Amino acid sequence: MDLRYTDAEESFRTDLRGWLAEVLPTLPPKPEATDWPGRRSYDQGWQARLFSAGYAGVDWPIEGGGRGASPIEQLIFKEECERAGAPYVGTGFVGLLHAGPTIIAEGTTAQRERFLPPILNGDEVWCQGFSEPGSGSDLASLRTRAVRDGDHYVVTGSKIWTSHAEVADHCELLVRTGPEDSRHKGISWLIMPMDLPGIEIRPLTTIAGSTEFAELFLDEVRVPVENRVGDENDGWRVTMVTLSFERGTGFVGELLESMRLLRSLTALAQRTGAWGDSAVRKRIGALTASFDGLWALTKRNVSEAARNGVPGVGGVVFKLAYSEQGQLLTELAMDLLDRAGLAASGLVGADGQGELPNEELVDAWIKSISLTIAAGTSQVQRNIVSERILGLPKEKS
Amino acid sequence: MDFDLSDDQRALKEGIAALVDGVLPLSASRRAENLTDVVDPAAWSALADAGVFSLLVPEAEGGVGFGLAEGTVVFEELGRVLAPGPVIATTALAPALPAAAAGTPHGVIDAPGRSATPPLLEHPGTVEAVVVLPRIEQVAEEATLVPVGDLALTAVERSLDPLTPLAALATPLVAGTTLEGLDTTALRQRIMVLSGATQVGIAAEVVAIATEYAKGREQFGRPIGGFQAIKHLLADALARTELARAAVQSAAVILDDPTVAGREADTLSLSTVQLRWRAVAGAKLLADEAAIANARTAIQVHGGMGFTWEVPVHLYLKRARVLASSFGTRSELADLLAALA
Repeated sequence: MDLRYTDAEESFRTDLRGWLAEVLPTLPPKPEATDWPGRRSYDQGWQARLFSAGYAGVDWPIEGGGRGASPIEQLIFKEECERAGAPYVGTGFVGLLHAGPTIIAEGTTAQRERFLPPILNGDEVWCQGFSEPGSGSDLASLRTRAVRDGDHYVVTGSKIWTSHAEVADHCELLVRTGPEDSRHKGISWLIMPMDLPGIEIRPLTTIAGSTEFAELFLDEVRVPVENRVGDENDGWRVTMVTLSFERGTGFVGELLESMRLLRSLTALAQRTGAWGDSAVRKRIGALTASFDGLWALTKRNVSEAARNGVPGVGGVVFKLAYSEQGQLLTELAMDLLDRAGLAASGLVGADGQGELPNEELVDAWIKSISLTIAAGTSQVQRNIVSERILGLPKEKS
Repeated sequence: MDFDLSDDQRALKEGIAALVDGVLPLSASRRAENLTDVVDPAAWSALADAGVFSLLVPEAEGGVGFGLAEGTVVFEELGRVLAPGPVIATTALAPALPAAAAGTPHGVIDAPGRSATPPLLEHPGTVEAVVVLPRIEQVAEEATLVPVGDLALTAVERSLDPLTPLAALATPLVAGTTLEGLDTTALRQRIMVLSGATQVGIAAEVVAIATEYAKGREQFGRPIGGFQAIKHLLADALARTELARAAVQSAAVILDDPTVAGREADTLSLSTVQLRWRAVAGAKLLADEAAIANARTAIQVHGGMGFTWEVPVHLYLKRARVLASSFGTRSELADLLAALA
């Protein structure tokens, strides 16, 4: 149980901190939330800077072109980026966190050479075509069909929750190549260029008013067979291999952001007078304990990943615990805002102390509703925890 | 950084687990439920011989020389078997009191005269002396040591936790010997961490008990552990345990290691003193919450049988209440944390 950082870890931190202080002021202004081409190019610019400084793919293995940083260094990287206010991975998310690691683990030499460098240097953006309107939590029931025709798969079906589809160059696509009822045993993993004929993108608007998601409608899209990663019908295993890249750092940015938000709520409660309400103080105190505990649990998970390659039990329960606390946090924010929370855009306070933080907090509140849904609903997480860790009987699948 | 059990800590965990399963099985404690003294002298000696009480005493003073990090490993195991007796108080006092280090059972009374509740001494038939701590805000006052024979005790006929007998103390308490130089802050924080670790042991054990039950108990033609309504209760309970364990162990390391405390304090813009309080208060709050909520969950999973005396989960719930009642109730801890947020 050692929470000291080694000299090497400290110097990794110092170097990174110095570089961030130097580079962040050189970034252009952030584009509007709905300006997707603008956001793509902003994120690409950040990724290019990371690339030239040797921080691109900090968590990728060296053989994939990454930095091969240890899990502890990955934690430091995320911590320092968050504390310095560095941009998020943004539109680079799927490429850097999902498709890239999958291609490193399961791709052919030709696929690695073609697809990995442009992810690392920011040239190409990826999106994900996994979920379908009829296949959410039960992903293995997916029905998008790929029929072999010579050197091509002819793909027909629809996908949903595809982030950044409008500005993506490639899509990591799960398709049914086996019989209709083959479930996990009949899925293949394809790289689909987004400029092929037959792809229709229909944007989805979230309850936050944001437009990062889309539905994809695929009508006889011809994807080259050489774009298949892994064997035909082995795509489920390929997808699961990607999960083994998780080192317990998945929610570090979000967690530190929540801790920052909690501190700002203390200031808000003092401003509004709610601090005088002991029930409010106790909620702030309880959240402080929970987030400090989650930060300690993160260190535990990362340490286990450093030792054993995987984050262990704590890694399985982390998302479940974090997402609930994140929602308690934003509920408190809305309660503190009182009726100012009815304004989703900026609002000047009546106390002469300038604008209220209502815009940021209302946005955080709405977004937090997805915490218990995205990347595995809490109900599915509880199934996973109780089956994998406690060994309780499995749901039928 | 390697925030995982070291090989030595793993060996310690296995060693202490084997010891407590041998000398302190819950079944043995339960035989003593109706006796005035639930502490088996042979078991107590075995803990003393194993170095449980001198755990935190430096080697140069004849102790084991471990830190609180190791303390959390040991007390989690003690919590798992609901070790009876004033184990936490005796171990936490040992660095300041050689008699406690030698295994003489000691009690602690926290802040007498706070409310209508009379001071309640745990294990009055076992402890030989009691340390009385001044109220937390009266930092200038010193702790005192009172031989148990000097106290006016009224035994509580029936204690909530049958394994934690109680006596009410007449107030004002008789004056004891001043323990000059005893760092009451450090003592409180040691107690809070060891208490938190005990609660983590409780939280973990009741999940294990309820999970085994859910795998074996069949209704509607299948194990009840196959129903999501049951699985999800236990998944949440497991998450509470893991969160509390990380917090308790982190607080222990922060108290053990000034370098870590200083660094964390800087990150949060707090003083080291504030950071230590924040760490122990948060740890105890999460651990109390986990132990109480998990024990209730475990009773619920057992259904009607969980409401019977013979299923031992109620003993865990009752002990969790005992531990949550002193050195910071959940409400007090939340207030303290808000002031340090």
